Amino acid sequence: MKKSLPLIFAFLVGFVVLLSEFIPHRPFNQIVSTLEGWFMIISGFAILLGQISLIRMNTYKIIHKVPNWQYNLAGLISFALMLSFGLLWGMRETPGILGHGEGITAWLGLKPFDYLFENAYLPLSATLFSLLAFFIASAAYRAFIIRGLESNLLMITAIIVIIGRTSIGTMLTGWLPESLSFWHIPNLADYIMEFPNTAAQRAILISAGLGIVGSSLRIILGIERTYLGGGK
Amino acid sequence: MAIMTTIGIWVAAFFTLCIFSFLYKDNPFYKFAEQVFVGLSAAYWLVYIIYSIMIPNLFAKLSSDFSGNLILLIPAALGVMMLMRIHPKTEWISRYPISIMIGTTAGISMLRYMKSDILQQVTATMINPFASGSVPVIIGNLLLIIGTICGVYFFYFSKKQEGISKWPSKVGIWFLMVSFGATFGYTVMARISLLIGRLEFLLGDWLHIIK
Amino acid sequence: MKMNILIERRIIFTVLFIAVALPLIFPIGWKTEVSGYTQMVYDLIESTPDGKVGIISFDYDPSTMTELQPMGEAMIEHAFKRNQKVILTALWPMGVQMAEQALETVLKEYPDKKRGVDYVNLGYKVGGMVTIQAMGRSLSEVFPTDSRNTPYSEIPMLDGITRLRDIAWISSLSSGVPGLKEWMMVARDSHDVPVTGGCTAVSAPGFFPYVNEQRQLTGLLGGLKAASEYETLLGRLGSATAKMDSQSIAHLLILVFIALGNIKAYTTKRRKG
Repeated sequence: MKKSLPLIFAFLVGFVVLLSEFIPHRPFNQIVSTLEGWFMIISGFAILLGQISLIRMNTYKIIHKVPNWQYNLAGLISFALMLSFGLLWGMRETPGILGHGEGITAWLGLKPFDYLFENAYLPLSATLFSLLAFFIASAAYRAFIIRGLESNLLMITAIIVIIGRTSIGTMLTGWLPESLSFWHIPNLADYIMEFPNTAAQRAILISAGLGIVGSSLRIILGIERTYLGGGK
Repeated sequence: MAIMTTIGIWVAAFFTLCIFSFLYKDNPFYKFAEQVFVGLSAAYWLVYIIYSIMIPNLFAKLSSDFSGNLILLIPAALGVMMLMRIHPKTEWISRYPISIMIGTTAGISMLRYMKSDILQQVTATMINPFASGSVPVIIGNLLLIIGTICGVYFFYFSKKQEGISKWPSKVGIWFLMVSFGATFGYTVMARISLLIGRLEFLLGDWLHIIK
Repeated sequence: MKMNILIERRIIFTVLFIAVALPLIFPIGWKTEVSGYTQMVYDLIESTPDGKVGIISFDYDPSTMTELQPMGEAMIEHAFKRNQKVILTALWPMGVQMAEQALETVLKEYPDKKRGVDYVNLGYKVGGMVTIQAMGRSLSEVFPTDSRNTPYSEIPMLDGITRLRDIAWISSLSSGVPGLKEWMMVARDSHDVPVTGGCTAVSAPGFFPYVNEQRQLTGLLGGLKAASEYETLLGRLGSATAKMDSQSIAHLLILVFIALGNIKAYTTKRRKG
């Protein structure tokens, strides 16, 4: 019962959504519209669940003093700071419990929540991802080696695209006459993207699309039930 | 205000350098910055969920017209049931909201992917390759048709591809390799862009070396 | 003498750091060419009549803002230039901040534009594809208020805008899921609203199949280069254009790394016989 009822719910909901596409009239369109509204609210709670789980995990590590627990404490403090700033004074145009906090905003230049966002969250997030530039440079040196026909194709295309998507490509072959404009490197890069790349990506899209349709059908029909957890 | 702005820039520079320090090796500064990031990120999500979803789409509607929005108590109850997942003994209660979310997503995904990624893509491949007067475009269109068919064939794993039937699959791989090469080129572009952004901050806003 | 892998890696990192930094300090000013994909995006907004309402969805966070923020700024500016009205929204919570930052930058040049009349920030909504589908039925149901808590019905520019079909064009600046793909699948393929947008360069190759005869996507801005192309079309010396010199030099360096790596692999192979 604990499993079969949710399966019936999933079937009914999925079936009505499918049906409303073919019969876009009452009551199906109304039911789906209601479901869409509910989805947003339940998603909100799902995210809340994630945050609660994170706090629990961090608190556990701090209480039990697992190795490096000090870093978890730093995480928890920053969480509490950002959360309280957001709840008290809101963010950007949105007021918080205490309104817009004109006094503190005048002192900081920004609302406290936005101040933390701009000066802590933003640099952290942007820099974490910028590290990838160094790793891709290292990968280009160590792993991008010619080995056979397939790796040659990969290499040649990559080189054309790397040059073609910069100003260097424009300068290198910009002198070519109009009749040979096809060989102008930026044009060649565009051609690769428009035809062979599109062909391969389209094959991936169609194949993955078939997979998604198949697994959606399995979920609606109750064949796929791993999302309920707890094994068989 | 000006002093707080300056302090803010120094804090941003400190965190930027903390993360960059990982390039040398893993260290306490990086670990500290990483956890601060996780904490700030989680709180940011929570604040926005409260102010952008919970209040306008649920609580404000209920407080302004409770009887008219009585039906909203159902998703609210389902949401609370979702939170039951926290405890192993009550975990099974969360299956109900999950099943509704999964059912809705499965139904919508099935329809949208069927149309956008299958039907529309197949239609976009059914073109007259010779419609254009230009030779490169005609060749390109032929490549598009052959590449798509061979690529899809490559992903057909239900039957062993051997003998003559392995050739379309091989052609499919060639097209995929060209695409992966292009993707690598674009990935280089993306990653370098992100680094440029951070260096622009360090050299400009922080050190004032560039305008 | 064999070079330690770790030292080799650190040399690569240092050289890359310098190669990116130098053109920022000493700009070269190289020009870029505008691709057909960028032109299509530009033409869509350019050909939309005055007074129409477009949506720009900021579906990214600060990690990819170097690529996508210049696109956001350029698109808002383009819409303002053409006297169109813009709804800003976000499928990512961090997108709301990105949208406000982009607005602040553009409003410096367009101080006469008024919130609620020429533009509005409807804020973040969770739910991705399902939420966009709900917007197709009723925008006010999804966005009961804007980010200032002003009720939907009291926002002047939204008068007569009830659902997605009332929108002239939608642009999603996207760095993942949910984003451009979800907007295209629902708004374009289901509600027939022209969808355009920009994405990070990493995801661009996967989006090109949608720029087809069915016009699932009307053009595409892929990465910083496309952002600088858009700025060129607008006649705007924006932040993307300023960064293109560094981008070009770094690309050249990556090619040198590939060449050196292959030379090293070849010599090692020969030595081993």
